[in-house]
This record gives sequence, structure tokens and C-alpha cells, in this order.
Amino acid sequence: MAVLQMQRISICALKKDRKAILERLQSLGTVEMNQIADDEAGFEKMDTLNARLSFEKKAQLSENALAVLDTYAPEKHSLLSSLEGKKLIGKDEFNQIISDKQQVISDANELVALNKEIAENKANILKLSNQIESLSPWLSLDVPMDFKGTKKAAMLLGTLAAGNTEETVYAAIAKHCPETEALDVQIVHSDKDAVYLVVFCLKEQETAVEEALRAAGFARPSQLAEKMPAEKKADLEAEIKKLNMRNSLNEEEIRLLSQNRQKIQAVGDYFRMRASKYELLGTLPQSQRTFIVSGYIPAKAADAVRKAIGDKYDCVIDTEELKEDEEPPVILSNNGFSASVEGVLESYGLPHKGEFDPTTIMSFFYVFFFGMMLSDAAYGAIIAIACFIVVKKFPRMEEGMKKSLKMFMYCGVSTMVWGVLFGGYFGNVVDIVSGTFFGKTVTVPALWFIPLNDPMRLLVYSLAFGVIHLFVGLGIKGYMLLKDKKPVDFLCDVVLWYSFLIGLILMLVPTDIFASIAQAKIVFPPFLNMLAKALAIIGAVGLLLMSGRENKNPALRIALGAYDIYNITGWLSDVLSYSRLLALGLATGVIASVVNQMGSMFGKGIVGIIGFAVVFIVGHTLNLAINLLGAYVHTNRLQFVEFFGKFYEGGGKPFEPFKSDTKYVDIKEENL
Amino acid sequence: MSIWSNLGLVYALLGAAVAVFLAGAGSAIGVGIAGQAAAGVVTEDPSKFAKVLIMQLLPGTQGIYGLLVGFITLSKVGLLGGGAAALDPQTGLLILAACMPIGIVGLISGKYQGMTSAASIGIVAKKPDQFGKAMLFPAMVETYAILALLISILAVNAVQI
Repeated sequence: MAVLQMQRISICALKKDRKAILERLQSLGTVEMNQIADDEAGFEKMDTLNARLSFEKKAQLSENALAVLDTYAPEKHSLLSSLEGKKLIGKDEFNQIISDKQQVISDANELVALNKEIAENKANILKLSNQIESLSPWLSLDVPMDFKGTKKAAMLLGTLAAGNTEETVYAAIAKHCPETEALDVQIVHSDKDAVYLVVFCLKEQETAVEEALRAAGFARPSQLAEKMPAEKKADLEAEIKKLNMRNSLNEEEIRLLSQNRQKIQAVGDYFRMRASKYELLGTLPQSQRTFIVSGYIPAKAADAVRKAIGDKYDCVIDTEELKEDEEPPVILSNNGFSASVEGVLESYGLPHKGEFDPTTIMSFFYVFFFGMMLSDAAYGAIIAIACFIVVKKFPRMEEGMKKSLKMFMYCGVSTMVWGVLFGGYFGNVVDIVSGTFFGKTVTVPALWFIPLNDPMRLLVYSLAFGVIHLFVGLGIKGYMLLKDKKPVDFLCDVVLWYSFLIGLILMLVPTDIFASIAQAKIVFPPFLNMLAKALAIIGAVGLLLMSGRENKNPALRIALGAYDIYNITGWLSDVLSYSRLLALGLATGVIASVVNQMGSMFGKGIVGIIGFAVVFIVGHTLNLAINLLGAYVHTNRLQFVEFFGKFYEGGGKPFEPFKSDTKYVDIKEENL
Repeated sequence: MSIWSNLGLVYALLGAAVAVFLAGAGSAIGVGIAGQAAAGVVTEDPSKFAKVLIMQLLPGTQGIYGLLVGFITLSKVGLLGGGAAALDPQTGLLILAACMPIGIVGLISGKYQGMTSAASIGIVAKKPDQFGKAMLFPAMVETYAILALLISILAVNAVQI
């Protein structure tokens, strides 16, 4: 339950060991780089931009090649394969692949080139198909389309608007050039858009006839095939076939290359690693023969670095405590159970420097509240078992994912416990099934009580849990103030509030309002009533006088104090907010009962059983999903808004070490 | 049996209807608004599907709360078990009033939660790692639906038949 102590580590070493030391640091992955000695005389930074860019380009190339492989030779993925995590390969195997990197890169290049060719071919095929399309009206023409005619005769080829017939064409020509003697008009094809026709006439009259036709709307086709249309079409089709064949050959080749997928992945990772190393190299101050690398390291990991680097190379390793004004990155360190909710804390924000890490305390409340909101033994068992199986089956899954699944596993167990306490097993499935199919209603008794029968009781408990949660939050604030040696603040901002609130609560408990809610009259002995009043008054007066203590002006100070007392409404709404524990718990149970009731409406017999099974599975899956989401969201809210609101600020920077930042493979270190 | 002689049951049923249909309509509007934003994100980046789907579902709870109150009401007046209780109009009106909070708050909060969800989907689109925070904004709106649900449940339960 703590934030790891950070130190600054600085290594000054010889340039000849630079590559080895940086690689070692990268594989250790325990140092977050943060360079100092920026403008020291004699030190310069190296320009590594070009080298880095070329590595990044190669990494990108491997990505592109993998994308090509995924298109044409996709790997089979199961639904849960995203949980598998990166592949683990030995260092030797990795080095062997890397020694072959030129070949792998050229394979990747070839994949990209093949993909490009396939795309070009596809574009060509499209173009050719369009040509065939425009050729199709002319198919019955038995001369080449660009046929110029014989010695005496000329051929005019083109289209006219739809609806023209041979007669109208003859008439149109006769009207414009009546002197035409020999003329032959043939309609090759007509459809709803146009009429395709061929006109033969004498060569010397060609211009005149064409003029006449143009006046009627004649247009020559944009492309003239140098062959007979049918032949041309056959040619084009052959071309398309050839291109298609080429593409399938290319695809085959891609599939053959797909056996290199792993190598391409590994080489891509190799270049990514080198790129990040060169990025770091560009920030290092270097003199003629030495270089300095500096960064943050968890104090307990410093010795490992000292051993791994200091013993092997000629260098000076210096670790020092952080300066006052430094804001170090944050790593949380918690036991296995509490660590599972670290993801929730991270999504709010890590503790800033010197702040208390609330993960451990939060983890208990988190699991407790989550279970209460879902509160169904069967649902809890399903969640816990499913998460347990997945975590065991995929041991190499990503760390954050693993933590979340573990968290849900613990929440599932808690849900199960609450379900037993409240008597919820798929809602009231036992009652319904025994009543419908066996004719005798059996009820599993609740270990504690059934919320729906006594909601007010659970409401009081929910609010009480809320008060405890909030008081713990206030307590942590007090602890932090004491740790920072601010006893006055502790007294005024924490103790006075405790006194005020406890006094008010003790005054509330014996009243009639509370009795009507809790359905039980509680009578305190008189001294306790006196104590309650005393606590409340001390708290209120204290807050009134002390909250505005930073102000010299007494009137303003009292006004600020009064305003602070007004915050009691905030406390009231915070406590009421915990009523969602009851509401969401009821929602799960009641909807589950609705599902069961609907299922039982099919009656007895085979049909009844099948109907019940279908409704049961669909209904409970939906109910589980929606209430799981609800429980998750609202547990988060109770932590973030109500609990953290009392003491926690967050805003810490996560620890981002310089490490092998791979995407596909993890390299196993032999000596770790 | 004339409807006038059974006005109590009519009022009670009207209460269940108000709870289910107002809250359901609110959720439908909310999920619809959020769904449009979610669909927009998925066209750009299909890998965010799961995250934006969760966001879209957040305003869906009001409808379920309405259903819940409706169901409790129906089972309270005995319409589900077969033998409907004989209600006087006064009791029927009490039940109708008890159903009002979740109906009205469900309608309004459903719509606004949907709009907040749509905005949060914008956060997820640009900064997927801020999912946890983005999810909280719609959850804030839902608080009031939960409060209304609570009062409706308690009130329906408290009416003596």
C-alpha cells in the first residue's frame, strides 16, 4: 500500500560501451529516462534523427507487410486470443531472426510490392471491364470499328438519340443533303439510351453526310477499336483473365510468404526497439569519449542495475535521493489482492508526490460495494469462475487486463457472498422452478434477510456503510495532515468535522424520523444524548470560528466558517448517494425475478421446459450484463466522487521506463 | 364488470404504465443520442466498438428502472399472479403517485444522460485511455434516476392494500 521510493540514478561511462549499456538498460526496463547536465561545457548531444527515422520507416514497413498478410492470409483467431498477450521467444532465437533481418526486410518489401501490384491489376481489370461494357452494343459489327472504308466508299460509325430508326435516319440525311446517291444505313444495336448505327456512303460525300447526321445528333464513339468488336472483346477478356491469374499467383506468393509472419513481427519489434534507443541517444549529453545517462529508478531496483552494468563495464554509477522540487514518476506497490484495483485508481489519477496511496483501503470497499450492488450468488459465481478460468488459461496476458480480470474475480466472490446473505440465486429461480415444474414451492432462505421484503432496513445499512466509507476518507485526510506536520489543520479540518458529524448522527438516531425509517425506536441513555449535543455544538462552533482561520478580518472569517458549516449539505448528499447500493441490488433481483416469471409462463411439460430454458438463458445473460456494467460504473463513482472527494487529489505521473517497447514478441532474458 | 367499479385497479395500472413508458422513452431517447455519436466513432476506428458500446448503454438503465417499478406495481396489485386485488380509487391513486418519480425523472435524466454519453464518447474517440473518467460524467446524471427509483420502490411498497 504504498508508492515506491524513487531515486535518481546517473551512469557515466565510456562511449565504446554505449551500445551495450543502453541495450542492457532497455532490457532491464527499470529506469525512466530524465536527462540532466543539459548545457554542461564539453558535452554535446548527438543528432540521431535520421537514423531514428530510418528505423521507424523499417518498423512501419513491417507493419504494412503484416497488414498485407492479414488481408490475404489471415491468421485464425479465437474470440479470446486478444488475451493471449505477446509471444515469448528466447534471446537466441530472436538474435537468429535478427541476423537474417536483411532477408526479412526484403520479404516485407516484396509483400508490399505484391500488394501494390494486385491493387494496380485490379484497377486495370476495372478499366478493361468498362471498355468491354462500352463495346457491347457494337458486338454484331463485322468490320473493325476504325475501318476507313474501301476505295470509293466511306464508313461512318456512331450513335444517335434513342428512338431513331433507319427511316428517320434516311429522312434526316435526305433533308440536309438531298444530292446523296448511294447510302446505306444499318442500325447495329438500339437500347433505351441510344441507337448505334453504321452509315456507308461515297467517299466524296462523306463530309456532307456526316454534317447531315450531326445535325440530327450524331456522335462518334470516343474510343474506336482497331479490330472487330467481337474480337476486341475476346482480347480484352483474355487480358482480364491474364490479370486475374497474375493476381491469384500474387496472392499465392503472399500466402507462401506468410510463413515469415513471425519473423516480420520480430524484425518490426527489433526496429521499434532500435528507434526508441536512438531517440534516447539523441537526448544524452556526450563528451568526446564519455556519455552520461540519467533517470528515475525505484530504490529497490537500483542494486540490480548496479550489478548488471557497474560490474561489467568501466563506469561510474551514482544514485541519489530526489531533490525537493522534483516530481518523480509513480509506481504503486500493493499486495496481490489490492493490486487488482490499481487500474481503477489509475483511471482516476495516480497519487501526486507525497500523497497517500489509497489503493489498499479502496480495494476492500470496492469489492464490498460491488458485491452489494450485484448481490446474486449465481451471477457472482459465474463472474468469479469465468474470470478465474481466463486468468489461468492466458498466463501471458497484458498486465492491466490481468489486474482488471482479477478484480472482477474478487468482486464476483463478494457478489456471491452478498447473494447468499440476501437469498438471491438467479433471482428467485429456485422458487419458480420448484413451483412450476414440481408443484411444490421451495425457497432457499436468505442468510440475512431479503431486501425486497424489507427495503428500509437495507437502506439504513447502505447509508451506514456510506458513513463508514466517508469517515475513513476523512480519516485518511487527517493522517496525511498529521504526516505533513500540520496539527492545527488536522484539528480544524478533520477532528471538528468528526465531532460535528458524529454529534449530529447521535442526535438523529433517537428521533422519530429515524425510527420511522429503521422501523425500530432506539432510546439512548440521557448522558449519550447530552454527549451528542455537546459534540455537535463543539464541532459547529469550532468550524464557525476556525474554518476561515487564514483570514485576518474577523467578519470574513466567521462568514467563511458559516459557509464551511453549510458543507453539511454536501455530506448529506454524499451519504444519500449510497442509497444506490440498495437500488441497484434490488434492480438485479427484481429483473431476475421478472425473467424467471416470464419463463414459467410456458407452463409444464416439454414445451414449458424448453421455453423456460430459452427465456432463462437470454434473460439472465442480459440482466447480468447490464447490472455488471451498472455495478462497475457506480462502484467507481462511489470511490471517485464520494470517497476520493474527501481526501484525494491524484495527478501523479505514471512511471514509464525505458524498455523494450515491443508489439508482438517478448524476449526472454536468460539471466533474470 | 364496469371500469367505474374498478377504478382503483385502473389507476394502479396507469401508474405501472407511466413508470414503464416514460422512463423507457427517456432511455430510448438517451440511447439513441449516444448511439449516433458511437456510430460516428466506429466509422473512424472500429476497434473502439466495445468502449463506445458501453457508453451508449449507460443511459439505458432508466428504462430498466421503469420496468422494475412497473413490475413491482403489477405484482403488488396481484395482476401477475392472477387474482387482482380489489382496490379503492384512493389506493389506486396512491400507487399512481408512487410511480411518478421514476417515470418523470427517468424521462428527463435519460435524455440528458444520453447527451452526456455522446459527449463522453467524444472523449473516448480522442483519448481512449481516459475511458474511466469519461464513464463518470453520464453516471453523474444517473444518480438522480437512482434516487427517483428508490423513492418509487419505497413508496409502492409502503402503500397498504
